[in-house]
Amino acid sequence: MPEECLISQKPTLKERILDFYRDFGVARLIIFAFLIFLLASAFALKLPMEQILSSVLTRFGMNGILVLAMIPSIQSGTGPNFALPLGITCGIVAITLSIELNMAGFSGFFFSVGVAALLGAATGFLYGFLLNRVKGQELTVGTYFGFSIVSLMCIFWFLAPYKSPEMIWPYGGSGLRVTIALQDRIGKVLDNFLAFDFFGVTVPTGLLLFFALFCTGLWLFSRTRTGIALSTVGTNPKFAESSGLNVNRYRIIGSTISQALGAVGIVVYAQSFGFIQLYMAPLFMAFFAVASILIGGASLKKSTVTHAVIGTFLFQSILVVSMPVANIVVADNIADVIRIIISNGIILYALTRKETGGDLS
Amino acid sequence: MSDDIRNPDRKMTLQMVAPESRHEQAYKYYLRKNVVPLVFLILCILGGYYSGLSLPFLINEIITRMARNSFIVISLIVPILAGMGLNFGIVLGAMAGQFGYVATANFQMTGFTGFFVTVLITVPLAIIFGWLTGKLFNQSKGKEMITGIILGFFANGIYQLILLYFMGNIIPIRVPTMLLSTGIGIRNTIDIKGMHYAIDNLWKIRLQIPGFIFPIIIPVVTLAALAALCIAVHFLFKTKLGQEFRATGQNRQIAEVAGIKVDRIRILAIIFSTVLAGIGQVIFLQNLGNINTYGSHVQVGTFAVAAILIGGASVTKATISQALLGTLLFHTLFIVSPLAGKNLIGDAMIGEYFRVFITYGVIGVALALHAWQAKQKRR
Repeated sequence: MPEECLISQKPTLKERILDFYRDFGVARLIIFAFLIFLLASAFALKLPMEQILSSVLTRFGMNGILVLAMIPSIQSGTGPNFALPLGITCGIVAITLSIELNMAGFSGFFFSVGVAALLGAATGFLYGFLLNRVKGQELTVGTYFGFSIVSLMCIFWFLAPYKSPEMIWPYGGSGLRVTIALQDRIGKVLDNFLAFDFFGVTVPTGLLLFFALFCTGLWLFSRTRTGIALSTVGTNPKFAESSGLNVNRYRIIGSTISQALGAVGIVVYAQSFGFIQLYMAPLFMAFFAVASILIGGASLKKSTVTHAVIGTFLFQSILVVSMPVANIVVADNIADVIRIIISNGIILYALTRKETGGDLS
Repeated sequence: MSDDIRNPDRKMTLQMVAPESRHEQAYKYYLRKNVVPLVFLILCILGGYYSGLSLPFLINEIITRMARNSFIVISLIVPILAGMGLNFGIVLGAMAGQFGYVATANFQMTGFTGFFVTVLITVPLAIIFGWLTGKLFNQSKGKEMITGIILGFFANGIYQLILLYFMGNIIPIRVPTMLLSTGIGIRNTIDIKGMHYAIDNLWKIRLQIPGFIFPIIIPVVTLAALAALCIAVHFLFKTKLGQEFRATGQNRQIAEVAGIKVDRIRILAIIFSTVLAGIGQVIFLQNLGNINTYGSHVQVGTFAVAAILIGGASVTKATISQALLGTLLFHTLFIVSPLAGKNLIGDAMIGEYFRVFITYGVIGVALALHAWQAKQKRR
């Protein structure tokens, strides 16, 4: 059995630490040094660290699942999921449905998560067939597939027969609003669940627990037969094929789980953010998720839950800390520019790494 | 698709199966090969009909847009033939053009001199950007397109950093109206009224069509520059360098064995492309008369790529006529779709969303088709 071969090759702790050190690379070192510099300047400027830490925790939990969505996609050998907007729009459709059906609180949230997961899995399944036909160009095709879906959905948001007054324009105008507030619906239901203050730091317990649940689930999945087969297909498709695994089938499974996680991820994101943004808003969301997992140490062919957790935490910390620091030191909006440079810089770095090979498949 | 006809075995079977219907086969082949431009031609005609625009207005708009956009689209041809796919990195060329304008606007230059100096500043900048892009692409062979897309975003970040936080601060700016009220950072729009129509107005021909009030205006010099470019690109591929581009595009390994310095040729192809895109952006902006500082360059890559694909080009094959036809069809769609959407469904936004979807969708489908064919060829 192929599974047994892999288990016997499991690296020791020392090898893993060495591997981690080798994979860390220059780009990550720069980003890490930058974060430390930011934290030091935040201390020097006497910024309210409790507030900063609270918002790091919230943003960590709120973006976490979107980053987790990259793992099945990378593991199954299709590279980071640049077509994440597909799953994201599914999640947004689920939330709008829950509002249309007049649901609120936890029932609304779980309804949204359920419908999002179903829709995401269905579209991810279909998208998997496309991925199998475009082996080697998944990243480029995925990027433009995501863009096309977002622009196609613009027409949907515009024509969809929603009736809820919270979502359509109050008078005149047609189609859904650009931004829909969730405060009376599913807004903050997870954030406020069992939340407590700890030395002035607000801990969004529900949100973190929900994220931890998904991390554990994905970790357990990677230990199952299917999970191991999935990563075998990704790391060595020739070997996988010769040991009797159906490569295309596992790539479809990877895509299905990835898009379902993306759909659930945006529901969690939206409940914490307090709004959903329609139309062109999901266009660039995939890039930040991709950047996060790459910062955490993943490559285009290798990723684990740990990479996602570390990456999300580092990336969100930089975003949260850089904003007040930049406000005081330089100018108002530089944090946004830094975010663009860092996220795309790390993706470029990953793309030019030699060990990922010239071809993804 | 067109590989089928080149493949001798395939040609033989065609002839053996139906010797009497070879004309029909050729006709079908022609249709299949040109299906994308034909579909868009029909879309454009339908859109033009429902938009209710008058013919001279439409023709004027098309001439203006052809004159100002074709240059950038043609800049994509060299990297395609050199086997590097669609060069999304031309965004950097556009940025070089805008840096050029910031410099000339800073020295308050006007007219043709201003335009000329802008080009002079743009070209060396674009050469440097192209060289760096080429180096990067050589590091990520086989993934040039996604690298180009991400590079565009990354460079946009650097561009914003320089224009928003360095200018007026580290880089002195002479004209205070170009800066934000804080004195640091360039405003959202840069006024280049002095260079508006700098080359369009050098020589304009007005054609009066009987029965219509508005004449058709033809910017002769801009179109002449475009024609010169087309001829130059055509002859480039007849030179030794051009043949080396082609050889590299067909097979990197064989080209390497044949003594071509592949990496160098690839960098040269990208430099060509970036410089042309830079000049193209300068021509584009002199027609507009002002620069949307943080927006004019962002979509340059996407629009140019969509245009050349609509013209019938693919990731591995492109001609000048495809680039020109594509620009014509894409920009006609640009003009008519909001009005057609408004007249058909009652809202201009529908047409606009439809056009955006077409832009991204065409690129997505073309890339998917290419990857699909490449996969079948590998079998």
